[in-house]
Amino acid sequence: MTKNIALAGNPNTGKSTLFNFLTGLKQHTGNWPGKTVVRAEGQFETDRHSYKVIDLPGTYSLYSNSADEEVARDYIIFEKPDITLVVVDATSLERNLNLALQVLEMTSNVIICVNLIDEARRKGITVDQKKLSEQLGVPVVLISAREKVGVIELLKTIDQMADGTIETCPYQIAYDNTVETEIEALEPKIKQLFGDHFPSRWIALRLIDGDQHLLDALKAYIQRSSQIKSDLELKQGGVSHGA
Amino acid sequence: MALNTSEKLSQLDQLFHDHARQSSDEVRDHIVTRIYQSSQELTNTAVERSNKKISWIDENLDKIVTSKTFGFPIMFLMLGVVIYLTIAGANVPSEMIASAFAKGEDWLAVLFTWMHAPDWLYGILVEGFYRGTSWVVSVMLPPMAIFFPMFALLENFGYLPRVAFNMDRMFKNAGAHGKQSLTMAMGFGCNAAAVMASRIVESPRERMIAILTNNFVPCNGRWPLLILMAGLFMAAGFTGGMNTLVSTGVVVGIVLFGIATTLVVSWALSKTLLRGVPTHFTLELPPYRKPKIWNTIVRATLDKSWFVLKRAVIIAAPASLVTWILANVFVGDVSVLEHIAGFFDPFAQALGLDGYILMAFILGFPANEIVLPILLMSYLSTGSLIEVTNLSELKLIFLDHGWTWLTALNMMLFSLLHYPCGTTMFNIYKETKSWKWTFMAFLLPSAIAIIVTFIIAQVVTGFGWV
Repeated sequence: MTKNIALAGNPNTGKSTLFNFLTGLKQHTGNWPGKTVVRAEGQFETDRHSYKVIDLPGTYSLYSNSADEEVARDYIIFEKPDITLVVVDATSLERNLNLALQVLEMTSNVIICVNLIDEARRKGITVDQKKLSEQLGVPVVLISAREKVGVIELLKTIDQMADGTIETCPYQIAYDNTVETEIEALEPKIKQLFGDHFPSRWIALRLIDGDQHLLDALKAYIQRSSQIKSDLELKQGGVSHGA
Repeated sequence: MALNTSEKLSQLDQLFHDHARQSSDEVRDHIVTRIYQSSQELTNTAVERSNKKISWIDENLDKIVTSKTFGFPIMFLMLGVVIYLTIAGANVPSEMIASAFAKGEDWLAVLFTWMHAPDWLYGILVEGFYRGTSWVVSVMLPPMAIFFPMFALLENFGYLPRVAFNMDRMFKNAGAHGKQSLTMAMGFGCNAAAVMASRIVESPRERMIAILTNNFVPCNGRWPLLILMAGLFMAAGFTGGMNTLVSTGVVVGIVLFGIATTLVVSWALSKTLLRGVPTHFTLELPPYRKPKIWNTIVRATLDKSWFVLKRAVIIAAPASLVTWILANVFVGDVSVLEHIAGFFDPFAQALGLDGYILMAFILGFPANEIVLPILLMSYLSTGSLIEVTNLSELKLIFLDHGWTWLTALNMMLFSLLHYPCGTTMFNIYKETKSWKWTFMAFLLPSAIAIIVTFIIAQVVTGFGWV
């Protein structure tokens, strides 16, 4: 079965370059923040699996600030990609990790791609792959998509994650006592509504933050799934009547 | 116990109502602070930096190209250099392609005579389609093949975001969002893409302003027309290098006029239909990157030039057929084509244009790159038929139809200011989901194009300058 890979990351970190490399497509790339605002899709195959890659718009955060941020966030939450590749810029890791940490709150099947590693080296920046991976609790791969450095390891890691042989333990941001208590109170109620379909801790946090857009998206989801269910029942009912 | 849909919905609403802290930003601030702190801690343990290797470019270039004193002059200089090289470099290859096509036409003539082909077939295929396509390819291909790669190199190097940075404050002063400078800069490539890119602007009000004013900067489909018109007509009194310099000045002037229009219209919109206070944002400058030079040149030349040329030629084929037929079917003493052009003519003359030009703009609605081909086709089928041999004869085609520098100037201005192309209009509807605003995006630029060209035409003819 085809596995879905979502590419997330800040603007201008080379997501589209990586996308083109993986899929062999020729999407326009440019040194330009905000170049990709629509989802681009492509495919590739390894010896083990075939993959569909979705290039999400580059954003600095995944709150409901603007249309492109919502596109990226809704994809990760509602479409549930098998793997989310977070592309981060090695030359400004600190700023880029903000987004990576938000993704880690949403899903545990994450690979962190530290891109532009050649540029970082020129600027005298060294990223400790092992330490970063230990801290974040997910695989970290150092690559240069432009120079095609580290991509073999990336493909190997993708295959392993698709196989389910990688155990992840995503970094969890600890909030202050008031927020944590509230999250704790909310989580069981959210589980009652959605089961384990959504990351309940993250949903709880978004509700506490008063994220109206997410609330609307969740309500639309409930209506959609009940519609599908009743359609299904109607169909089954019709068949049993006929029999 | 399973809940039904309405119970689930009301329970979710209840949870939100009980827990959401909508009135204060305290929680959001805490969440964001914790994320920042965590990123910082992680970076401190996993990243090591030695400061010895910061290059001069990273250190100092931005101070110069975004400085208050040099920022704008450097911008205009860069634009000027790119356009100068395009105009200066395009002439020789254009002549070469044109004379190659002329040889081909001689051979075709021999072939058609040998086959005893009827006159009308020769008319449609050679005088209509072949000749029209030859002109389109020889005048449009060379400038595109020079202009697009240079533009792409600047883009990949990271200069365009600096342009946006310089313009950022002007947009804020116009009551619009600073990020509009980014979408505007993207419009120089393609307005349809830039309209979609306006999603990066958060507030709906400012996004609408960015969408409505995007077409006031020339896109890939319009650059060839601007460059050609400036080269042929706007520097007629000068020769040699001076000629190219003046033509360049005219194109840069047109671009500046487009930017000024963008700002003025944004300001007017933010004071009337789309009132509000601009939101704050900080534009981030990406690092300079050495572009993959060869790759960029090949990609830009092949992809972009080929794309624009293909659209022009694909349209040129049926257009040549249709215009040839329209020009050779007579109602009374006058051909159908002349009837149509004659219908638009009085209005077009008031704008300093003629009926054929206006017809070309209307038929060119699907894509701006086909306006020039359609115009050439209809001129070729009505005037004395001119064989393609060199570019000065191209000017003769226009002069034959009563062109002056005013016609060229107003054609450039109309092209710059008029309604967006079909693809852009379609994207505007997709992005705004409103027929009202889509219609506005059509009406506003059209009205401005008509008013500006009308005033210029009346002033110039009133003073007897042409």
